[in-house]
Amino acid sequence: MKNGNNGKPLKVVGKPFRKVDARAKCTGQTRFADDITLPRMLYAKLLRSHVPHALIKSIDVSKALALPGVVAVITGKDLPIAYGILPVSQDEHALCIDKVRFIGDPVAAIAAIDEDTAFAAMDLIAVEYQRLKTISTIEEGLHIEEPRIHEYGDSGNVHKKVSLEFGDMDEGFAAADHIREDFFFYEGNTHLPIEQHAALAHYDADEKLTLWSSTQTPHYVHRALAKVLELAPTHVRIIATPNGGGFGGKSDPFNHEVAVAKLAMITGRPVKITLTREEVFYCHRGRHPVLMSIKTGVKKDGAITAMHFRSFLDGGAYGSYGVASTFYTGALQTVTYTVPRYKFEGARLFTNKPPCGPKRGHGTPQPRFALEVQIDKIADDLGLDPAKMRRNNLAAAHSVTANYLRLGTIGLGECIDKIVAASDWQNKFKKLPYGKGIGIACSSYLCGAGLPIYWNSMPHSGVQLRLDRQGGVCVMCGSTDIGQGSDSVLAYIVAEVLGIDPFDIRVITADTDLTPVDLGSYSSRVTLMTGNAALQAAERARELLTVAVAEKLQAPIENISFAERRVFDVENPEVGVTFAEAVVLAESKFGTIGTVGSYSPPRSPGKFKGAGVGPSPAYSYSAAIAEVDVDADTGITTVERIWIGHDIGRSINPALVMGQVEGGVYMGLGEVLMEEMVYRGNRNVVHKFPSMLEYKSPTTMEMCEVKTFLIEDPDPNGPFGAKEVGQGPLLPVMPAVVNAIYDAVGVRVDEVPATPEKVLAALRAKAQGKEGRYGPQGVPATNWPEPLKVLPPAEGGDGREMPREAVHLRD
Amino acid sequence: MSETKKQKAHLQFTLNGELTEVAFAPHKTLLEVLREDLALTGTKHGCELGECGACTVLVDGRAILSCLMLGLDVEDRKVQTIEGMGTSTALHPLQDTFADLGAAQCGYCTPGFLLAAKELLDKNLRPSREEIQEALSGNLCRCTGYIKIYEAVEFAAARLRGEVVEMPREVVYGLE
Repeated sequence: MKNGNNGKPLKVVGKPFRKVDARAKCTGQTRFADDITLPRMLYAKLLRSHVPHALIKSIDVSKALALPGVVAVITGKDLPIAYGILPVSQDEHALCIDKVRFIGDPVAAIAAIDEDTAFAAMDLIAVEYQRLKTISTIEEGLHIEEPRIHEYGDSGNVHKKVSLEFGDMDEGFAAADHIREDFFFYEGNTHLPIEQHAALAHYDADEKLTLWSSTQTPHYVHRALAKVLELAPTHVRIIATPNGGGFGGKSDPFNHEVAVAKLAMITGRPVKITLTREEVFYCHRGRHPVLMSIKTGVKKDGAITAMHFRSFLDGGAYGSYGVASTFYTGALQTVTYTVPRYKFEGARLFTNKPPCGPKRGHGTPQPRFALEVQIDKIADDLGLDPAKMRRNNLAAAHSVTANYLRLGTIGLGECIDKIVAASDWQNKFKKLPYGKGIGIACSSYLCGAGLPIYWNSMPHSGVQLRLDRQGGVCVMCGSTDIGQGSDSVLAYIVAEVLGIDPFDIRVITADTDLTPVDLGSYSSRVTLMTGNAALQAAERARELLTVAVAEKLQAPIENISFAERRVFDVENPEVGVTFAEAVVLAESKFGTIGTVGSYSPPRSPGKFKGAGVGPSPAYSYSAAIAEVDVDADTGITTVERIWIGHDIGRSINPALVMGQVEGGVYMGLGEVLMEEMVYRGNRNVVHKFPSMLEYKSPTTMEMCEVKTFLIEDPDPNGPFGAKEVGQGPLLPVMPAVVNAIYDAVGVRVDEVPATPEKVLAALRAKAQGKEGRYGPQGVPATNWPEPLKVLPPAEGGDGREMPREAVHLRD
Repeated sequence: MSETKKQKAHLQFTLNGELTEVAFAPHKTLLEVLREDLALTGTKHGCELGECGACTVLVDGRAILSCLMLGLDVEDRKVQTIEGMGTSTALHPLQDTFADLGAAQCGYCTPGFLLAAKELLDKNLRPSREEIQEALSGNLCRCTGYIKIYEAVEFAAARLRGEVVEMPREVVYGLE
């Protein structure tokens, strides 16, 4: 374990300290992007397409430009260079050039002296569209070849198809005592951060651009802006303001960021944009709607012999993170229970809707829902207790899965044990009166993507530490605090190592001019990666101070200890110096004291094409039990309470971990009960309700009781053993609730959200003697590519694609 | 528009205990007047239609949604925003307990929650969990799942009653 404290008792790590920015947040002093104003600032608005798929025949901005108070209007021809978060999907333009792809795609940007004037100017821009046939569903994306939404992708409107096979599937299924195939659908939903995206650009007299933006990924915005604006990266500075909620929705470089930057360059004045709530729905990048099939073979005891998983993702109009999302729908099936043979086929389709991307759990809540509901059905088929069946078939700690993911510690067994006992599972499962039910599900998540978005050999996270002669410590890191407390984690870790108070430390983050690169707040990577980088930087600083103090005290180096803002001889604790004096001694001896730390994840054992998505330095585990009340007359499900166990490795701050667990349960509850990003009319591509009033999310009245257990099984790759908590605890909630509905009223809702009408439809079907189920009946027939075959490690595979002759021999 | 002659409204009200004079375009909401004309950006916006509660402020002690009230409506009234919640030397107990428990994660909805909770505690120093849920049901938070917020309100209420309450271990460490 990377324990920076040499086995000494921890003073900061593991303690429920306040966040370093807690007072600012509780006094309204935190400056979010829209809270910043600059002198002479202009306001920008984007004119967005009101048609879902069309060629742009002409745009006339002359009347808008003539409106008094309008300073500049730009269109697609002013920003001809494409960008996108992934190198393989550079398919976005800040303003559409010749074609619009969804309702909400921007075609022009206006800068005016105030927001009202910019609004008025929008009505004065004339755009002539030539409508194209729309592609609105997964089926249409698969089968309508023309018109293509994009000119790239695997074929027609298929963005990406993937097929991976780990081991002989026929043999795997032949070894099974029981095989099930089930079909599931998971509706899309959105992040709904309370803060709408906002950005402010300033192009200064020295021809340098600064952009303040509510982004989770300033490093990638930096790359995109330099590219699109054709500026030297050294002349572009991105400052990520504290995010008023992110959840993955602020992880792409966005058209409004590019537009205000360009307008600032043209006008020479600062330009701000704040999206309306409606526009946030068009930015989206949220949960993909996914249609799935899952075929699993098991032994009589529930041990899995083989699994074949298929996913169809409704991607929306642009690539975004979609290729990664597609792989993620097939990546983590193998990390909770042992799956010796595994096949995954996935397809992402372009449709004329706001683009989907990463939302909390990125591509994994949908397959996790399918897998955990199917496991419940299998337990039912075999007459096994679903909690015990899961407990008996856990993946092995420190093993490599069939699809080449190297697992670390697994605290899942203890998570299950705790919630089974606390919920009184044995006396409730199948024993509650009709209408009351209890259900269980498990899950796992990454602690950071093992590979960067742009493949290179550089660290994923860097930290610089500066110590000054007054004893001040400044930690600088590119990571972005989106509310999860990453700024505080930096301070806690540095304080622990240097024996000082976390509130003594100044934290400077998310500024591409001032801070070393951190890839961003996504994939639950920050605590593990920036934590390790901070640990290394702090240990290097401690070494310098140790040498200087040991010399002064005439004590052996190994005796020098740091605690309570002092540096002293452990054998003679009253002999020592203050921390500030220690810095003075070190600065006198070595010169200015500054250190750096960085972190690169271990290399993944998978070497095949597609092995880049799924590997992580460590995996967190969660198990949840939901207790529900289902009204059979209305179909309304009330979730009364959820018990959740989360394997955190070690809590850097347990209060913040608790907050993430409770928040994850809350978001999962919204997904399973009510949240859906759906479209209506006009071939299904007009957003049904792009407002907070109609897009339902849980209020205090819908939130359930949460009983949380934090399981600490320190992982050798985590700082002080810490793993992630930002995303994992959401994952088991949806299947646990749906499994509880089955226990309550005996019907299966194989869809998310499990709304009252779906529960009722299943109850009515059952009453009519049909299958008591609501959900898809199958998946579309698809020409899948020949699978890339990799022999699992347990069968002697080396992580590479099998040579063709070997494949041939095995066939 | 910029060329048309604008007639600004000009009025006085008591803002965070100080008599304040302000001139603004008369169609502006109280939210806009606070943020844009008085530079008090602690009051937030999230939905533009009275659904999220981020813009909650107290007018004559009552929690209102400042995005649904015109600035003109506060003439001669008392308005309290997050900037005026504590005193110059001390945070309000709600602010303290929110900070202690991590009830503010991203912090964006926090000012609205704090003022809605203050209205509740100003009237009822011993609210039940259900009364807290009811009082805060007009405020959305996407980060916390509301639980740390309930607990913070309960601990603040106890503090305001002058009770010394030991925080149960499970609130910050989970169950054993």
